[in-house]
Amino acid sequence: MSNLAVGATTDPGHSSDDPSRRDFIHIAAIAAAAGGAAAVVWPFIDQMNPAGDTLALASVEFDLGKVMQGQQVTIKWRGKPLFIRNRTPAEIAKAVQDDNASMKDPAKDADRTKEGKQQWMILIGNCTHLGCVPTFGGGEYGGWFCPCHGSVYDTSGRIRKGPAPLNLALPEYAFLTDTRVKIG
Amino acid sequence: MSGHSTYQPKTGFERWLDSRLPIIRLAHDTAVSYPTPRNLNYWWTFGGILTLCLGVQIITGIILAMHYTASADHAFNSVEHIMRDVNYGWLIRYMHANGASMFFIAVYIHMFRGLYYGSYKAPREVLWLLGCIIYLLMMATGFMGYVLPWGQMSFHGTVVITNLFGAFPIVGEAITTWLWGGFAVDNPTLNRFFSLHYLLPFVIAGVVILHIWALHVVGQNNPTGVEPKSKADTVPFTPYATVKDGFAMSVFLILFATFVFYMPNALGHADNYIPANPLVTPAHIVPEWYYLPFYAILRAVPDKLMGVLAMFASIGCFFALPWLDTSKVRSLRYRPTAKLYFWIFVLACLVLGYCGGRLPDDPVIPGLKTFILGDSDPNSFVWLSRIATAYYFAYFAVIIPVLGLVEKTLPVPETIASPALSHPAPAKTEA
Ligand code: HEM
Ligand code: FES
Repeated sequence: MSNLAVGATTDPGHSSDDPSRRDFIHIAAIAAAAGGAAAVVWPFIDQMNPAGDTLALASVEFDLGKVMQGQQVTIKWRGKPLFIRNRTPAEIAKAVQDDNASMKDPAKDADRTKEGKQQWMILIGNCTHLGCVPTFGGGEYGGWFCPCHGSVYDTSGRIRKGPAPLNLALPEYAFLTDTRVKIG
Repeated sequence: MSGHSTYQPKTGFERWLDSRLPIIRLAHDTAVSYPTPRNLNYWWTFGGILTLCLGVQIITGIILAMHYTASADHAFNSVEHIMRDVNYGWLIRYMHANGASMFFIAVYIHMFRGLYYGSYKAPREVLWLLGCIIYLLMMATGFMGYVLPWGQMSFHGTVVITNLFGAFPIVGEAITTWLWGGFAVDNPTLNRFFSLHYLLPFVIAGVVILHIWALHVVGQNNPTGVEPKSKADTVPFTPYATVKDGFAMSVFLILFATFVFYMPNALGHADNYIPANPLVTPAHIVPEWYYLPFYAILRAVPDKLMGVLAMFASIGCFFALPWLDTSKVRSLRYRPTAKLYFWIFVLACLVLGYCGGRLPDDPVIPGLKTFILGDSDPNSFVWLSRIATAYYFAYFAVIIPVLGLVEKTLPVPETIASPALSHPAPAKTEA
């Protein structure tokens, strides 16, 4: 049998191109199983995202007539506090005056209000650091102060000092009439 | 260490069961004949105490769950119902709430014991890692439990902690929305936290089994850090360890009962007896005491993302420890210099814990105003936490790796039983 080269035995059911066919079947089977597993996992992850009815609770209307000048009303919108502030001319002047001051998140006061309605400052009342609710009147910029880690916002809700990275967020809103707004 | 079993079934039933499910053998080998180093001190009783704590939390928790309602509208009132109306409800709830604190006291002692005696070093790395996983799970469980009463601290603590994930670029917001199940912390958040708060303790129990399994493979470390070499170095678990553990548990339960009966709210916050109000944040929001050091690290860093990363890294250090320590000597008994740095580390952790509970800008020395360094006065808690944070990371990243290479250690005894002449304490306390 010495004339038989090792490895040259031909087995009819085990041809030389067989290994790659086998690999293909393995890869196809594993890919199908992995794809199937991923398709099953996604619903299990996505179920934790906001449910349909949560998404539907999107907008509120508010009567601005209730808010006197220099006053702020906080309402709940999508589970978050929403600040509706009727700014005094002094607050507006202060905000405009600082338009070009150096800031972390530069913005003009006019871009944070609606045209002709500069007195109405409508903001999402969660500090952009870790979400606490800032209080009005604290801090050295005459605007909001966050008690949690000391972020200071000015009268335009722009971040001026502290760990928060961004200005207080503006919700989407539109004036329906002079005294009614629709938020969301 | 696990050696072979010495269990002898005595009755016919035991023999019958032993050849079908050797469960009595398992219990015997684990808790009766298991050889323990003869020189274990009281710092080694906290493993048993921790098992007790887990048992207490699970039993009281299941009872609370019978009376608790996981709903934003009813949770607060259902806890008040437990406190006022359910028979002995006040007792069960105070046991559960203070039990969480006791659990953390015990786990911190247990971990620092490991740190001091080098219990994380080869061959105990997996044992140590499993312990670190248990600790992480405990932190998650404790946090989610604290959310359940749905008071002001519950609510705003959740807001702050879940917002930590918002610090990650790009995916941050998607993660927080996913965690909340809405646009803000609300009813869906409470419901899922209750579900997970119920689940995780059983996951912990599973990891505890792995932890004990790993322990029984490599054997216990001991105050000398020298592996037992002969029978003279060990004693059987029962009665020696069982009795010592039992005594320590009794003392621990006295402390536990003191809190439950005499100062049940000392470790909590009055604000959590105010129902959650998303529109107003309490003036001074702090987490439970056991998270304070990490909270201080978070606040020590002025940048949001870096602060969050530093906080996670501070826990990550414990996972990396077995590979950071270069010293061949396990126990700090024989490492006088390392011992000094260890105690400074303990101090740094306590300082961080203290800072975490104070307002960052408040002065450490009252009434002293110096100058502004960076963003605040150096005489402030934020600067004190920065110093402690720097030491915390330096301890793991620099001191431990370097010290192992350069330190001159004291002679280590040959065996546990041999008179430990090298031990600095009088030799008679050894043996
Ligand atoms: C690792 C074990 C556990 C820890 C560390 C833990 C921790 C906590 C904490 C800190 C609270 C808040 C207490 C308060 O201030 O009122 C809590 C509440 C609660 N836990 Fe747990 N828990 C554990 C296991 C369990 C288990 C196994 C269950 C249920 C099967 C459970 C059910 C509850 C319920 C229903 C509440 C709300 C009632 C209340 O606030 O007193 N817990 N838990
Ligand atoms: S949440 Fe406002 S400063 Fe941190």
